[in-house]
Amino acid sequence: MIGLEVHVQIKTCSKVFTRVATGYGEPPNTLTDPVVLGLPGALPVMNKAALDASIKAGLLLGCEIAPVCKWDRKNYFYPDSPKNYQISQYDQPICLGGSVEIELPGAARNLMGEHRQVALTRIHLEEDVGKLNHGATDSLIDFNRAGTPLMEIVSEPVMHSAEEAFAYLTSLRATMIYGGISDCDMEKGQLRCDANISIRPVGQTTLGTKVELKNLNSISYVSAGIAHEIKRQIGVLERGGTIVQETRDFDGTTGTSQSLRSKEMAHDYRYFPDPDLMPVKIDASWQDRLRADCPELPFPKQRRFLERYQIPFTLASVLIWDRGLADYFEETARLCGKPQMAGNWIVNDLLRELGASGQTLAQSKVRPSHLAALVQLVDSGAVLTNAAKEIFIAMFASGETPGAIAERSGLKAAPADTGELEQWCRDAITASPKALAEFKAGKDSAINAFKGPVMKAAKGKANPKLVDETLRRLLAQM
Amino acid sequence: MADLIYQPITQLAAALDAKQISAVELTQAVIARTKAVNGRLNAFNSFDEADALAQAGASDARRAAGQGRGALDGIPVGLKDVIAVQGQPLTASSRMLAKFVSPYDATVTQQLKRAGAVLWGRLNCDEFAMGSSTENSAFGPAVNPWDLTRVPGGSSGGSAAALAAGTTVATLGSDTGGSIRQPAAFCGLVGLKPTYGLVSRFGLVAFASSLDQIGPFARTVEDAAIVLGAIAGHDERDSTSYRATIPNYRAELGGRRGPWKLGIPKEYFAAGLDPEIGAAVERAIAFYRSQGCEVKPVSLPHTQYCLDTYYIIATAEASSNLARYDGIRYGHRAAQASDLVDLYARSRAEGFGAEVKRRIILGTYVLSSGYYDAYYLRAQKVRTLIREDFLRAYQEVDALLTPTSPIPAFKIGEKSDPLAMYLCDIYTIGVNLAGLPALSVPCGFTSGGLPIGMQLIGQPFNESGLLAIAQAYERAHDWHTRHPSL
Amino acid sequence: MSQPTEFNIDHVAQLARLALTPTEKAQFAQQLGDVLHHIEQLGKVDVSSVEPAAHAFAVYNVWADDIPQPGLTVDAALQNAPAQRDHMIVVPKVVE
Repeated sequence: MIGLEVHVQIKTCSKVFTRVATGYGEPPNTLTDPVVLGLPGALPVMNKAALDASIKAGLLLGCEIAPVCKWDRKNYFYPDSPKNYQISQYDQPICLGGSVEIELPGAARNLMGEHRQVALTRIHLEEDVGKLNHGATDSLIDFNRAGTPLMEIVSEPVMHSAEEAFAYLTSLRATMIYGGISDCDMEKGQLRCDANISIRPVGQTTLGTKVELKNLNSISYVSAGIAHEIKRQIGVLERGGTIVQETRDFDGTTGTSQSLRSKEMAHDYRYFPDPDLMPVKIDASWQDRLRADCPELPFPKQRRFLERYQIPFTLASVLIWDRGLADYFEETARLCGKPQMAGNWIVNDLLRELGASGQTLAQSKVRPSHLAALVQLVDSGAVLTNAAKEIFIAMFASGETPGAIAERSGLKAAPADTGELEQWCRDAITASPKALAEFKAGKDSAINAFKGPVMKAAKGKANPKLVDETLRRLLAQM
Repeated sequence: MADLIYQPITQLAAALDAKQISAVELTQAVIARTKAVNGRLNAFNSFDEADALAQAGASDARRAAGQGRGALDGIPVGLKDVIAVQGQPLTASSRMLAKFVSPYDATVTQQLKRAGAVLWGRLNCDEFAMGSSTENSAFGPAVNPWDLTRVPGGSSGGSAAALAAGTTVATLGSDTGGSIRQPAAFCGLVGLKPTYGLVSRFGLVAFASSLDQIGPFARTVEDAAIVLGAIAGHDERDSTSYRATIPNYRAELGGRRGPWKLGIPKEYFAAGLDPEIGAAVERAIAFYRSQGCEVKPVSLPHTQYCLDTYYIIATAEASSNLARYDGIRYGHRAAQASDLVDLYARSRAEGFGAEVKRRIILGTYVLSSGYYDAYYLRAQKVRTLIREDFLRAYQEVDALLTPTSPIPAFKIGEKSDPLAMYLCDIYTIGVNLAGLPALSVPCGFTSGGLPIGMQLIGQPFNESGLLAIAQAYERAHDWHTRHPSL
Repeated sequence: MSQPTEFNIDHVAQLARLALTPTEKAQFAQQLGDVLHHIEQLGKVDVSSVEPAAHAFAVYNVWADDIPQPGLTVDAALQNAPAQRDHMIVVPKVVE
């Protein structure tokens, strides 16, 4: 069984217990003050925004928000910890319980997989530590990161595979980003993961010995590390060995792990309430204020998209992971009234162009109104699909409206000369008596056999909608 | 002005306002006095003459421009060497911080600067404020000006000795279990521990965070009120700082005349109390009675548990507070270390003195796995009972009157057993556990010529009342006008 | 109440990162044994219905708004560092 401990940095302007700025990539030791460095006499003061964010995270994950929480000191010596204690929460964390909804891979790409709730134990708030840079003979410490607000989100040991752990992290990460709580950039250490893994041979009811796996610092390392550890434990048992309770370090580059310390060397953290900080009371009105600011989460959104817009899973499952993209889709769908067409354009064309140009959605010149207009031009037959693709590229580059581009570039479908079109249609019907017979016998799709010759005669510029209408009118008269 | 160095703030401020003296002259006088006597007293860990004279010059310029900042403008005030002053050493009398220079000001330092005080000297104390005699200093013991073979008390012994010897006009100390009141009693001074949360701890080297408070030493109660007025008040950088409205303590002194209801806790007059101290305190009680005060016996039944509760809580907090002194970011780093763990253990072993090590060991032990509930958690609960004892007494009385210390200043080296030393604090530590304000005010001398202090314990945030009760006594006695011959 | 005889000075000194000499260990063990013996009397107090006091006065929700303030310059941050390089603090190679 697998339980994950995920550390998420909260996106605040200042640190969790002092008001010097937070930041990433700044020159070493430029984001410090007496509190961050643990200088003699320095005292911590809570950051209200970090509390708000933690409560919001709890509300998004369905946790019980503690009516009262407090701060404890976790005492251990380590050079990245300036005070040699970390301000954390021991027996009264800010959030208890809750769960993360996960989606397992479906049987095929276009099929939605099973959904499950992974139960959470707790969420607590603490301060991040500094960063150690290891050299050949010594280590260098940069305290810029020290004091950044950090949530520890602890799951119950209820996941069964690396796949589930991956799905859990994906969903949790999206939830944090949706809530504006963290950017969760693993490259920047904004989301970090440790796993507790124990295996249980079939038929055994009690949990096996727990091994803690540290430094799973990218989503792919999480999968690889867990898979490796499960294999390692099975191997130990198969060779007749026993699993030792220990902490192991996973090296993602080599795909191996090594023991850091055994249970005998386990820390004695000597937790006690921090006398420098006052406890926090969280009442209903505070929760309500934050609840009002909680967005719909990806999976409820996915269910709604499937039901309300009737779009296929392949589209919905792409649209929901980015809150901005999902909003963009809804706005486009509202403006054009054609959700599936809008979804196709976004998922296939917009995302492709954004990826190729390195732009974010917010930077894109193609706004929902542009895309909706294009969808309508295509839908009405005023613009043909191939032409629309060209218009989209031009629109992506210039930000002009699709109508203007179509007008300027002659990409509009040929104007409807009904006399000429009617003649082409008659010719096509006459040329294919077999299809005419089939259509008359009730096979509706037989009508398509007439459309190719008509389009050919029109040199591809006929309005397909008008062609269809004309054919049907003529066929009805026959 | 005759005898400049023994004048209270009130007199000196009047003289400064009247241009009878200048701040520079006053500062020169305390510098000269410091240089003359500190070799014998060892009350100063360091001082910075040029800096003090520059501050005094700035004060004179303000007064000349009509921009004087009040009673403290131009008055030399010494700080215990556990209070941060930007650009000045901050050693906590420890080898660990022997070379540490603070890059920032404590809040009280900023407040004193704002009031125009001339910050003068870094005053000796027990290492990290742990002790009752100032013998636990890496820079050698401070000495009692009244008897150079005796201790000035502790941990703020340098703050008391420096003021009693006329090397400054007021000082700040810190009080975790009596570290202001006991040295004040030993040196014949007024020493005030404010209500927990009244004065910011930001920039105070922490010993036991839930007990520490900064407070003044002064020659008179009114002086203490003036200094308290400058340093009291809410500080957003200290989460335990209380949002109280700060009265004008000095002005309020005049308006409070009593009579008061005084409680005498019987547990504070038990075996172990020096008979001369007992007699002096009895005379003080008789005085209050003669002034129409109602004096009644009260009981603080958990008094016998104060010492144990205190040593568990104080050492537990200290073991954690002092973990930061590891030779990594600042402070003493051992020259010879095989690896990181060795570097920690050696730097700390070399940097800390015996008493600090002893308390770190005790505090680490009481928090360690399996012992937390039996020691720390239990002590926190007993702390609740101790506080309730006091609050119950305050339903009947305005203040409590006790001896400050069971014994007068003892000989240097006399108390080598830690437990015997800890017992010196039995009358003062309950106040810290309960977070109450208390002061020591001189109330006589022993036959051997050593000062005696009595302790007045007040209600939370009622420093005004406490100061008024003390001043009523001070006005009718002249103990505070006597000075040691040095 | 736990028995102070369980007091293991080596273990506690290791937790506290203090390299004590054999003399110090013997002395502290004896002195702290006395103190712990004294402390044993706390076991007599009935605290069954008493709330622990972590602070002298219980106040809740003391915080500041999330508005950055200037901190220390690199030079001020490192002015007391025993060893530094490239604006970082140097420590013996950290293994873990």
